Amino acid sequence: MSQILACTDGSVYSSSVYDHAAWAAARMSAAVHVIHALDPQKESTSLADLSGSLVADAQQALMAELVALDEARSRVAQIRGKAILAEAERHLKEAGVQKISTEQRHGSLVETLPDFEPSNDLVVIGKRGKSADFATLHLGGNLERIIRAAHKPVLVASRAFKPVNSFLIAFDGGPSAKKAVAFAASHELLKGLNCHLVMASNADQDADFTAAKQQLESAGFAVNASIIPGEPEEVIAATIEQHGVQLLVMGAWGRSRLRHLVLGSTTTSMVRTCLVPVLMFR
Amino acid sequence: MFNFDWQKTKQEWFSNIHKDLLAGLVVALALIPEAIAFSIISGVDPKVGLYASFCIAVVTAIVGGRPAMISAATGAMALLMVNLVKEHGLQYLLAATLLTGVLQIIAGALKLGNLLRFVSRSVMTGFVNALAILIFLAQLPEFKGAGWQMYALVAAGLGIIYLFPLITKAVPSPLVCIVVITGFALWTGLDLRTVGDMGELPSALPTFFLPDVPFNLETLWIILPYSLPLAVVGLLESLMTATIVDDLTDTDSAKNQECAGQGVANIVSGFFGGMAGCAMIGQTVINVQSGGRGRLSTFSAGVFLLLLLVILGDWVARIPMAALVAVMIMVAIGTFSWASLVNMRTHPKSSSMVMIATVIVVVFTHNLALGVLVGVLMSALTFARKVAQIVRVTSTLDAANECRTYEVRGQLFFASAESFSRSFDFREVVPRIVIDVSHAHIWDITAIAALDKVVLKFRREGSEVTIAGLNEASATLVDRLAVHDKPDAMERLLQH
Repeated sequence: MSQILACTDGSVYSSSVYDHAAWAAARMSAAVHVIHALDPQKESTSLADLSGSLVADAQQALMAELVALDEARSRVAQIRGKAILAEAERHLKEAGVQKISTEQRHGSLVETLPDFEPSNDLVVIGKRGKSADFATLHLGGNLERIIRAAHKPVLVASRAFKPVNSFLIAFDGGPSAKKAVAFAASHELLKGLNCHLVMASNADQDADFTAAKQQLESAGFAVNASIIPGEPEEVIAATIEQHGVQLLVMGAWGRSRLRHLVLGSTTTSMVRTCLVPVLMFR
Repeated sequence: MFNFDWQKTKQEWFSNIHKDLLAGLVVALALIPEAIAFSIISGVDPKVGLYASFCIAVVTAIVGGRPAMISAATGAMALLMVNLVKEHGLQYLLAATLLTGVLQIIAGALKLGNLLRFVSRSVMTGFVNALAILIFLAQLPEFKGAGWQMYALVAAGLGIIYLFPLITKAVPSPLVCIVVITGFALWTGLDLRTVGDMGELPSALPTFFLPDVPFNLETLWIILPYSLPLAVVGLLESLMTATIVDDLTDTDSAKNQECAGQGVANIVSGFFGGMAGCAMIGQTVINVQSGGRGRLSTFSAGVFLLLLLVILGDWVARIPMAALVAVMIMVAIGTFSWASLVNMRTHPKSSSMVMIATVIVVVFTHNLALGVLVGVLMSALTFARKVAQIVRVTSTLDAANECRTYEVRGQLFFASAESFSRSFDFREVVPRIVIDVSHAHIWDITAIAALDKVVLKFRREGSEVTIAGLNEASATLVDRLAVHDKPDAMERLLQH
């Protein structure tokens, strides 16, 4: 039986993460494993002590104080984490998931994920997390690092779950986009949904694009394929809006690595600007 | 592969901005006395130590492996340079600083940081205690020839440092101590030695220049005997301090990167007219205590240090040495592990011996590297002696009185070989002997020679000897080196 890994942190996106996980679980008839990483954020633990004076055995004294502080905070975090996981279980059960397991881990999500990835087929994560900075339109601090490190497809949940009837594959001809096409063509997650295949390009023809279209068609999709000139971000966002697509499927990093270094990735800005969930492949 | 991780960089630098800056300021105050005091001890202007502290703090903040650790010009290093400065002058010290940096980078590249695991807990405690004693002893010359005013002011300074935090912890008490004592001295016009009397203070930012020494082999042979211990002591203290920060903040650090980082910092320091330095235990604890957690804390400590000196230079020159001595005595008291004195009653005698030996060697030689070497050797010997004690040989005789089986347990090596040989009863008359070593491990040729001797001795008594259960590691050694299973056994044994 396949398994879906849902990452929660108790933020506003959490319930949407559960809904997306439940949706995927129903389509894949999979179990859901919920993890909550207790990110210690040790930096914020400190004593308000600017005395700059060292008492005898200063190091041991300081150690004892810091341990006591951390201990108290970790206790609270653990209790809070338990509540979050209980809520996750309740939510998923209500959404009709049969097999649910939960787990608490110490450490940040980025550190935690590699331990879990091999035994899971899909990772679900919120577009923004607790530590997200809405003002600067920054993504959840973890998101980019997680996608960068992930080897399994990652489903990035939007703020609220909407039933998914159609999806759009943003195609750029890169290897991870081809992986996305192959997944859509073969996996039960997207089976039977309406399929859009879009490429932002100034050329009219692209051999890879045609091949992708054929691959999807032979898998039984009625593909609505188009090559549209313009910047990927704008083209994809406009198409999603126009057709009311509920899920964006894309390769996490495409051909333009150099551009990424200079301007930040297309992927990131796409995830940021599109209001639909995104299924990503590396 | 160089893998730049912006998230991690941001986290290490900017996740704790306010507290890091405050902590940096508090630490800068604690850096000044040490840099000045030990510049004087090593025979150079305070400028040299202060420029070094600035360069080393700023560079380790950027390239070091342990965020929040404070590195600067230290007493441990300064004490190793005294003779070099005395005999060859400042320029050779700068050259030695550069070489120290190079050696440390090499150590980082060879991952010698991993060798720290051979330094036992007792040696580390000895190191810390010796360091504290050295810092304290270094303050004593300040009292020489000084009147009662000096003693009174130092006592008053210590009083302020320890009692002021009871009123508020929002203001660094060493700062209060320095300000109050300086104010008092200026008001009463007491004739006291001040920082300005000690030599030139920095009046501008440091500038880049090459040490004025001939770049030849002769120079190398002059500076190498100093650079080598400098590199070792610098790395030891830095890695130990890094471990302390790891424990305090419950985070990890890159030890080998820290080695290389210390090296780069020393090279930069040498080029800007500073002496070699390393991490400082006391000041690092102050940093963590004040809330410093990121690289910014170290960086700002260095920058504040230089700003304070360049902007307030005239005032710094008027600070009486008594105030700085008080701060340094505080650092010495805070660095010393008082708990180790209490623990001596409960800890094994051998560990206490190692600790005390390390302290004594350092205090007499002023060389922390020698102390650690002695400590490490002593702990290795103690360990060998202890492991040797757990060799047990038990024997059973079968029902027919035909065969005796000796069962050997434990580690067979040079230290245990003799007691092993003595555990057999060669007077007993039995036709067959089995020596079962399946629960033993044979480590070296001394152990093999001992085993050989036992086998041959039994043979001479007319017993048939078999060795059972040689495990694989032991077996290879025995195959390669043993003589009892080769035809010319007797002659070859004589060669052993």
